[in-house]
Amino acid sequence: MRNLREILQYPTAIIGLIIILGLIGVSIYAVVALPYSEAIRLWRGGEDVWSKNPKTAAPTWVNLFRRQDLPATIKVSSEDESVEKTREVVTEDMTDIDFFFTFDYLYHGFPREISIFFETQYDEKNPHVSMTWLTPDGREIRIGSMSLERSATYRVSQDSTLQRRLPGDLPPHQALFAADPEAENPEALQGPYTLQVSAKVFEPEADVDAELVMYGEVHGIAGTDHRRRDLSVALLWGTPIALAFGLLAAVGTSLTTMIIAGVGTWFGGWVDGLIQRITEVNLILPTLPILIMVGTFYSRSLWLMLGVLILLSIFGGGIKTYRAIFLQVKESPYIEAAQAYGASDARVIFRYLIPRIIPMLLPNLITLVPGFVFTEAALALLGLGDPILPTWGKVINDARFNGALYQGNYYWMLEPSVLLMITGLAFSLLGFSLDRIFNPRLRGM
Amino acid sequence: MSDATLTLEGQGPAQEQAGPSTSTAVRVAKYTGVRLVMLFFTVVIGIYLVVLVANMGGYVDEIRRGAIREQVSIAVFADQSPEMRDMTAEEKRQLIEERVAIEEKRIGLDRPFIVRSFGFLQNAITLNLGFSTDMTSDSGSRQVRLILLERLPPTLLLWGAANITLFFVSLFLGLFLSRKYGSFLDRMIIALAPTSSAPAWFYGLFLILIFAAALRLLPFGGMVDAPPPTSNVLYAINLLEHLILPASAIVISSIFLQAYNFRTFFLIYSSEDYVEMAKAKGLSDRDIERRYVLRPVLPTIITQFALLLIYVWMGATILETVFNWPGLGRTLFQAIGLYDTATIVGAQVIFAYLLAATVFFLDIIYALVDPRVRIGGQGRTR
Repeated sequence: MRNLREILQYPTAIIGLIIILGLIGVSIYAVVALPYSEAIRLWRGGEDVWSKNPKTAAPTWVNLFRRQDLPATIKVSSEDESVEKTREVVTEDMTDIDFFFTFDYLYHGFPREISIFFETQYDEKNPHVSMTWLTPDGREIRIGSMSLERSATYRVSQDSTLQRRLPGDLPPHQALFAADPEAENPEALQGPYTLQVSAKVFEPEADVDAELVMYGEVHGIAGTDHRRRDLSVALLWGTPIALAFGLLAAVGTSLTTMIIAGVGTWFGGWVDGLIQRITEVNLILPTLPILIMVGTFYSRSLWLMLGVLILLSIFGGGIKTYRAIFLQVKESPYIEAAQAYGASDARVIFRYLIPRIIPMLLPNLITLVPGFVFTEAALALLGLGDPILPTWGKVINDARFNGALYQGNYYWMLEPSVLLMITGLAFSLLGFSLDRIFNPRLRGM
Repeated sequence: MSDATLTLEGQGPAQEQAGPSTSTAVRVAKYTGVRLVMLFFTVVIGIYLVVLVANMGGYVDEIRRGAIREQVSIAVFADQSPEMRDMTAEEKRQLIEERVAIEEKRIGLDRPFIVRSFGFLQNAITLNLGFSTDMTSDSGSRQVRLILLERLPPTLLLWGAANITLFFVSLFLGLFLSRKYGSFLDRMIIALAPTSSAPAWFYGLFLILIFAAALRLLPFGGMVDAPPPTSNVLYAINLLEHLILPASAIVISSIFLQAYNFRTFFLIYSSEDYVEMAKAKGLSDRDIERRYVLRPVLPTIITQFALLLIYVWMGATILETVFNWPGLGRTLFQAIGLYDTATIVGAQVIFAYLLAATVFFLDIIYALVDPRVRIGGQGRTR
């Protein structure tokens, strides 16, 4: 209790604690709101899951810092209430299906791409569809017509025939929105647009549905990556993974280190000497290169890496700290008393020696966490991240490999980095304050 | 931090109770000698572990055997010469076995892995690093030693420049802060100290983002432009431009914590009784600082710095990869990607030697500045 009250006197400790609690909250939310299997399915999903997201779109909140908003993605589906779908039987084996996609376009910039996704039902004869584009200033542009498979995607932006037909030398998704396609710096015309889709089906039971997707420049709270995946999935799920990795590694390392130091100091002699020598060898063993080798040669599983990392960190600098304290504790009268009544070695070590330094364990443990979190990110940055799990480091790695910095997609790199920074800083702030509380020599300095 | 005040084990005097008659030089020599032998054994064990890991405990041999068998089989079956066509399947199989055995003997795969691993170890220790399977040096050689020697100067340049800057800047900053104890700057450095929990490569990413991508002031990475400038002066300037960001990343990632630590040591030592005594005697502040504060604090500071150096060395691989710095670390990463065991072990050997050299170098400085070693204290320090 006394220690707790002392912690509250350090504002940095409070800040650190609040951030850590917040991160734990986010982790719980992530695990509850987006179950593990669902998160993996989303993150590993390809076009089937993410086809309606724009590529490398910035997060929506960048619009707060801009004079003119960047366009968001607009989706209109024939299954929406607002879209009226009419069915008219022309002859016995031909039915007209018409629908109008009307939407207001309020941006000055152009969408990044336009695609129309068709879903059709028929037995043998493929339906036929033709599309017309109506602009707010009354122009009527015939986009094209085609015969449809059961599930077809018409990528308007990539239709080179359409591009040649349209005025100016703009790609279709710009020409369709431009106020003046032949201007030097064309701008989008705001107002109500309409896409008219008229389909002909040749069977009484056949049907056609469509969805118009105008990919924007911004998407969601976190933006998307090169594979159209919503980054919020990885950022959200990266939190519990980073925390679990950092905390497990820190707890595993410091507990084992403490026990080994305790055993070494208690028995002294060659046991202690051996531990000291192992520590020296371990000091020269390069941790990261060995992890890289393990990742390349054996397996990139996060949990294997965790195990190896703990193994390599057990004989670290911590042993010396604990040893120095144990050497003092070992001489205490109560240890002598315990020996006098015949306590076994194990009892002395685990019941009398180790409990004495548990309060000192805490600052050490917490200070260790950021190092492990960053090590995981470093491995991911080198392309050795866990092959399945979405982690912050892997997002940074994706961003680096896909030239986020060269193309100005800074959000892609910044979001995971800032999260890493916050996590590292929170534990570091708390550990720092705890260190000052438990290390009386530093108090007041 | 809490372990900061402790010395590296064995850096205390290694000899037991030296007699008062032995001279300082002998004592320091004996001390460094003992340390040298210990470091050597440490390096040997470390390298052997690396050899085991790099060969996946012998599994790489299995992969090589498989590769040899596949190559030989393809060669035999693809051979359409008349005498081959007349062979039966059984004869062909025998021929394959024979050729595989010859090839395995040629590269030494016929002996068990454990035996060969000691051969590897001996070669590694003596820097007889063998030939790379997939990598070549800039001069076109496949000798691992040449590949690595080519990569060594950039690494030493980057880490040397950064660490020397780091040491002196943080030392003087720490000294300055301990004088201005409690000032705004002092409190600011304390507040910034936890930022050192992020490693150098992480700051590197931010620096690249700001100075290379957004402001276009400095290059994204690499060591010199391609093609490199021809005149020496321009080359030096170009090199410096490329050096700024990675070196700054190393300095920024450690400077606040180091300055904080140094400052704390100075404060602890300047509250000792003998300092009060010196003040009472009326010595000048300069003299007190030099003779009563800086002097006893040096061994601790050097130990601290040794630990930092070792920690920072470990990060070389990733920092050099982030900055495309053509040093040892990046070569190691490339070699691992190519499963090039010879180069991996070679790079690790050089790293181990560099680490050992760093520790040894600091040991000597330590021996020179620590009066317990110089004058001959008693037993080990704890």
